[in-house]
Amino acid sequence: MNEVMPTPQIDYLPLLPMIIVAAAAVIGVIVEAFAPRRARRPIQLVLAFGSLIAAFATLVWQSGVRSTEVEGAVVIDGPAVILQGIVLLIAIVAALLISERTLDPAGDSFAPRASALPGSEDERQFTARGYLQTEVWPLFLFSVLGMLLFPAANNLLVMFVALEVMSLPLYLLAGMARRRRLLSQEAALKYFILGAFSSAFFLFGAALTYGFAGTIEFPGIAAALTAQPGLSALLVGGLALIGVGMLFKIGAVPFHQWVPDVYQGSPTPITAFMAAAVKVAAIGALMRVLYVAFGGIRWDWQFMLWVIAALTMLVGSIVAISQSDIKRMLAYSSIAQAGFILVGVSAASQAGLDAALFYLIAYGFTTMGTFAVVSLVRDSTGEATKISQWAGLGRKSPILATCFAIFMLALAGIPLTSGFVGKFLVFEAALAADAVVVVLLGVLASIIAAFFYARIIVVMFFSDPPEDGPSVVIPSAATTLALAISVAVTVILGILPQPVLDLIEQAGVFLG
Amino acid sequence: MTIPWLTALMVLPLVGSLVTLVLPRSRPTVIKSWALIVALATLGLTIAMALQFQADAAAPFQFTESYPWIPALGISYSVGVDGIGLVLVALATVLVPVVIVSGWNDVDDSATKGYFGLLLVLEALMVGVFSATDVFLFYVFFEVMLIPVYFLIGRFGGPGRARAAVKFLLYSLVGGLLMLAALIGLYVVSAQVLGQGTFDFLSLVGLDIDPNMQKVLFLGFFIAFAIKAPLWPFHTWLPDAAKEATPATAILLIGVLDKVGTFGMIRYLLPIFPAASEFYAPLVIALAVIGILYGALVALGQTDMKRLFAYSSMSHFGFIVLGIFVFTLQGGSGSTVYMLAHGLSTAAVFITAGYLMQRNGGSSLISSYGGVNKVAPVLAGFFLFAAMSSLALPGLASFVGEFLVLIGTFIRYWWVAAIATIGIVITAAYALRLYQKVATGPTAPSLEGTRDIGAREIVPLAVVAVLTVAIGLFPGPVLEVVNPAVERTLEVVGVPAPDIPQAGVNGGEAP
Repeated sequence: MNEVMPTPQIDYLPLLPMIIVAAAAVIGVIVEAFAPRRARRPIQLVLAFGSLIAAFATLVWQSGVRSTEVEGAVVIDGPAVILQGIVLLIAIVAALLISERTLDPAGDSFAPRASALPGSEDERQFTARGYLQTEVWPLFLFSVLGMLLFPAANNLLVMFVALEVMSLPLYLLAGMARRRRLLSQEAALKYFILGAFSSAFFLFGAALTYGFAGTIEFPGIAAALTAQPGLSALLVGGLALIGVGMLFKIGAVPFHQWVPDVYQGSPTPITAFMAAAVKVAAIGALMRVLYVAFGGIRWDWQFMLWVIAALTMLVGSIVAISQSDIKRMLAYSSIAQAGFILVGVSAASQAGLDAALFYLIAYGFTTMGTFAVVSLVRDSTGEATKISQWAGLGRKSPILATCFAIFMLALAGIPLTSGFVGKFLVFEAALAADAVVVVLLGVLASIIAAFFYARIIVVMFFSDPPEDGPSVVIPSAATTLALAISVAVTVILGILPQPVLDLIEQAGVFLG
Repeated sequence: MTIPWLTALMVLPLVGSLVTLVLPRSRPTVIKSWALIVALATLGLTIAMALQFQADAAAPFQFTESYPWIPALGISYSVGVDGIGLVLVALATVLVPVVIVSGWNDVDDSATKGYFGLLLVLEALMVGVFSATDVFLFYVFFEVMLIPVYFLIGRFGGPGRARAAVKFLLYSLVGGLLMLAALIGLYVVSAQVLGQGTFDFLSLVGLDIDPNMQKVLFLGFFIAFAIKAPLWPFHTWLPDAAKEATPATAILLIGVLDKVGTFGMIRYLLPIFPAASEFYAPLVIALAVIGILYGALVALGQTDMKRLFAYSSMSHFGFIVLGIFVFTLQGGSGSTVYMLAHGLSTAAVFITAGYLMQRNGGSSLISSYGGVNKVAPVLAGFFLFAAMSSLALPGLASFVGEFLVLIGTFIRYWWVAAIATIGIVITAAYALRLYQKVATGPTAPSLEGTRDIGAREIVPLAVVAVLTVAIGLFPGPVLEVVNPAVERTLEVVGVPAPDIPQAGVNGGEAP
């Protein structure tokens, strides 16, 4: 065992997007520590937007490169580039929402001092002094870094590291809401504890898989599957536990219990970011593990994944009906949407991969848009998240309500919206894989889901506004821009999806 | 260069609708006048197009346009009409200006913009759904159409409108999503047969699909169409929607939109799934006959005018579906004429009902009326005309349709025709009873001193009446346009015509 560890050959250019975001995050921490309070926000804004845009530009510049880097630990292939691109674009929109400071009269959406006990004297003082923190920015950037690495990781350990880099900042961010802090802290704790469990599952699964294959690298695992046909306990246990860890992050049934509480308690810009970007990264990573490492036994996991996808669609849709809080309803809706994406994933084909990628783009932007609207409907105690409070919104703010209606129609999968094209592709991939029952269950779930999406439209447009209803705050340019981007993507991808379909088709397959 | 007629017919109302957005909210008359101008211009364009239509052309579709839309999935923007499509496009473009004038004062001034804007959007989508020759495009119109109707019912209707709108939307979505699943299935099958998936209608016609697969896919489409049409037992959304919607919405919904169901059957189900159509025909015919009788009987028991019309429509839709699934030329052509006639008679009954309700505090309860012929004789006269049109009095358009359907049914299954005839008797009963209760007898106190209809209210009714009589007396031109399309469809289905000697009917050409 006297092997010398080889110096890894690294071509930095394809990794540059991740390096840029990582550097910005680290510099952000230093800024928090040393820059004067007043200078922090401008610096952080420049760092965040600058690094995200620069990372995206580099990604586009290097998008033709297909290679495995760092001794096979990271792989830059077509799907990885697409997924990283989606994550970066969503992050840019999320940054717009996070930077918003005109909605809440007290400042922004984040607690002036996250460590202060809710309701304590400490907290009151910090609020009274009007402190505004910028610590959210480096945390946010670290999380983006994790998301960039997650779908590009080519072995189980790097994937685990990426998972943690993505998740740890999110646990903190979830607990930083300015309003309803107990709810927010509960969300953070719940997310953290359950997240820690799921990470442990993932790690244990990785260990078992190592025991089976003797390697943690995906191509190596795939080779071991060919070399040792048949299912061993180590293999089944390893795959199952890795699957649990990832399905938890995706919020698939039955690992979805945390989703409504966390989405409800977190600051809304963070909820938007989580709901959209985590799903993109986690589904991308799940597809890589399943297709590249465990592609050889797809007939064994495919059925299980069909079941999970069907359950996720149905449970998400059914439970969403009874929600009275808009954020919780959107949380269950996002569970249901994850189910539809999983239908594409479990098709285990090129069509399935393409469908899932398209659906992620569509879903990501629509979700950002919905939460952007949620952040604008407010009363004196903060966001008005009771659905009944939204009555008559269509009369008072027709434009905003129309935007939200478009998002609802997209989530319901009505033609000429991005959601429809996504659903179409997913169902097509599933039917081509002979999963008729799953498609019929998907249809059933769509019908159930349509009910609560339609109900929101009823509340907004067909009922009269209450006397003391919430007001809609006029957003600053940042939120307006985020909303405009979301609406534009939702509609354009619905009417003219061809360019994006071409892009995804060119991306091709995972490098094995 | 050929003129893109059909695209123009869609773009015109759509642009018109966008313009209403920028018109001043405080000037409702301007908005209404603009909507009317746009609708009339669209009608003019339709007439100009229809004059160019060659009934004896060899090509299945005319005025065709085709551009790739989503080539990755074999989807194109392809439009074109055959005789059946042309008739229904014409029906839609005739009825929109009619309902704009008749519904001039249906909504508050503040809601004018949304209401008339949505009506124009709906017009564009109706033209699209009847002229799409790409099955995917058809599906898109089919589904997107729900949205303006959903808003039209939910925002501008009666007290139970929100519930009715959601019920309508969910029923339609159930059908739509099943159809989507079948549509994707069809695409996957076409990819297996042709090597490359397609949604092009003409490529799908006569596609060699395994009969068992056909039976499965047929059901997906059929349920969607049966909900739309609506066929028993998929009809329960219709009475609610009809009762709560404004007369204009109800006319477009029942008169035109529901025809998408029957149109879909004759245009898509029969040619694409011939084996399955033959297999399911007995079942569908049974449902149609049940619908005829059930709708008529339930209509007899209604206390609410609008619900009565909804059930009566259901009964008439039974006739239309029956005519389609007996696979005879008379049946198919009769169904198409009946679609047209039913659109006109629906317009007549709902316009007169709307006028009556305006004069009686918005009540649609039959018992709250009486003696209208004394205070408003012209209105009562048109109401009688509407009732006659509904019961298919000879000389009116609906008679031609109903008679042809019955002939077409008789030569295939005489006993089915015999049972269906019972429906006609019941129809006469409820239509005449309705007229008797509403228009004759002592004048209801709430109607005392009400004014008769004025010129603005008469014009749309007169237009409908003239068309109804004209088609009733001279159905020849319509049948000439429709017959080739129906013949072509029946050729694909391939069920041999019954050997009973056939005669030309009312100027229609003998096959």
